Amino acid sequence: MSEQPLIRARGLVKRFGDFTAVDGIDLEVAPGEAFGFLGPNGAGKSSTMRMIGCVSMPTSGELRILGMDPARDGARIRGRLGVCPQLDNLDPDLSVRENLTTYARYFGMSRARARARAEELLDFVQLRDRAASRVEPLSGGMKRRLTIARAMVNDPDLVLLDEPTTGLDPQARHLLWERLFRLRQRGTTLVLTTHYMDEAEQLCDRLVVMDGGRIVAEGSPRSLIGTYCTPEVVELRFPDGVDPAGGLEGIGRVDPLPDRVLLYTGDGDAAVAEVHRRGLVPSSVLVRRSSLEDVFLKLTGRTLVD
Amino acid sequence: MVSPAVAVLERHLCLYRRLWRASAFSSFVLPVLFLVSFGVGVGRYVGEVGGVGYLAWIVPGVLASTAFQMAVGDSTYSVLGDFKWVRGFHAMRATPVGVRDMVVGGLLYALLRVESAVVVFLVVAGVFGALRSPWAVVTPVVAALLAVAVAAPVMGFSASIDHDSYFALLFRFVMIPSALFGGVFFPVDQLPQVVRPLAYVSPLWHGVELCRAATLGVAPPWPVWVHAGVLLVFAGAGGVWAVSAFGRRLRD
Ligand SMILES: Nc1ncnc2c1ncn2[C@@H]1O[C@H](COP(=O)(O)OP(=O)(O)OP(=O)(O)O)[C@@H](O)[C@H]1O
Ligand SMILES: [Mg+2]
Repeated sequence: MSEQPLIRARGLVKRFGDFTAVDGIDLEVAPGEAFGFLGPNGAGKSSTMRMIGCVSMPTSGELRILGMDPARDGARIRGRLGVCPQLDNLDPDLSVRENLTTYARYFGMSRARARARAEELLDFVQLRDRAASRVEPLSGGMKRRLTIARAMVNDPDLVLLDEPTTGLDPQARHLLWERLFRLRQRGTTLVLTTHYMDEAEQLCDRLVVMDGGRIVAEGSPRSLIGTYCTPEVVELRFPDGVDPAGGLEGIGRVDPLPDRVLLYTGDGDAAVAEVHRRGLVPSSVLVRRSSLEDVFLKLTGRTLVD
Repeated sequence: MVSPAVAVLERHLCLYRRLWRASAFSSFVLPVLFLVSFGVGVGRYVGEVGGVGYLAWIVPGVLASTAFQMAVGDSTYSVLGDFKWVRGFHAMRATPVGVRDMVVGGLLYALLRVESAVVVFLVVAGVFGALRSPWAVVTPVVAALLAVAVAAPVMGFSASIDHDSYFALLFRFVMIPSALFGGVFFPVDQLPQVVRPLAYVSPLWHGVELCRAATLGVAPPWPVWVHAGVLLVFAGAGGVWAVSAFGRRLRD
């Protein structure tokens, strides 16, 4: 049982009318893994997550969740999942605590168990001091934390998080990462989607990059960078009106963006020295390690978040 | 293990506990005020209807129409809101709660609300001496049947529309005609022949006549099984509609 993948998809397709949102993807997620979907708007991440969450039926292909068939055993599977949807659907008129206890009852938990679990989770997501307040006036970060706590209420085998930190300020995001990291350490299997490279790097053992409904790359954050990128990147900005593209040839792979030029290279400092030797005068120079952002740019031709 | 439909009911009750002040007046106080002003005030000018005082005559009508209005009230904005704004049904959809549980939980909630109002109302009516038959004890059963016969199809309607302006149509073309021509304030046979079918197709009229038969201990205009049958058909067909409308709305 524990050897079997928690998620197994073969040729998974989701169409809405004529439009194909998910275009034949294969994937497997093993118990204990932290797995990420990375991709731009409309890539099909949420559509895939909803199929995994057994609230949306695949148009074709094979899907097994926890070894079961979503079409036949949807309710049983959902009983063992925790879902944090892209859009919050908390009860704004209920208190923080009531949101947890009413949701716990949907899983058939006894009242006493639901109350006890709510108390544990209030501590876990640090909302104890707001337990009795209504949800509506809470900040976005608090609501998101509550949604994640709610997803944990049934002690799920598999947690699905659709853009858990989108729209949060850096502090709120780091708090959430820390909580998710703890879940991971306890051996909970996490599947998440994100637009953020740093989030994927922080949280995921393995990830896929999706674009246009397809998986365009797969691997660990490190191996993706190794495969699709050079170890270092030089970001050059030039004064308005200066077009340096031709002058950079041969230094490394050149990727001109609207506001800056990226230079992919094994050795950033050597590349900068070469730029100066050729008499080019950038207005700013930044040498950095390459990241998933660069992988994404290489794979899809677009930046992730503008 | 708690049944998922009961868990859905509990969420409604939890919300009610937060918001009850807004609805307590219309469900408990208003019907009684109605009774006093119409039954005692208007009754003085009307005299007797069907052999009993006007107060005793309209008690079952006001009772049934209160049940009717509460059933509609609990299955309109709150249902649309849980699809469109709160997305409470989407939250349930991600759990073992099924579409049928959502509908049954909503109906149980409407039933509880209607029954509590009906019991209070009956006690007040009894104090006024308006209950004339021991059969009055079955009025809560009739009210329950009426509540489901109304709430189920209205839930189906609410799950099928995309904008709350459709409720104006429901109120204008279904609710108000029902309340006016459903035999609440005057007997339907006072209506011109051509208008009477409006009453016959409304679950309210059947509920009113059964309640009146019970509190006054008289035979209803049509056989009891026909009145009850109409309500059962509304409840059954409405329930099927509601479940399929919920399912359609949550499928993607
Ligand atoms: N219920 C639906 N009906 C019709 N089209 C849909 C539906 N859900 C999603 N789509 C379309 O499918 C495509 C993929 O959407 P999806 O929400 O899966 O993307 P995503 O990768 O999650 O994007 P985002 O990063 O913006 O959340 C989009 O073009 C979207 O418009
Ligand atoms: Mg999405």
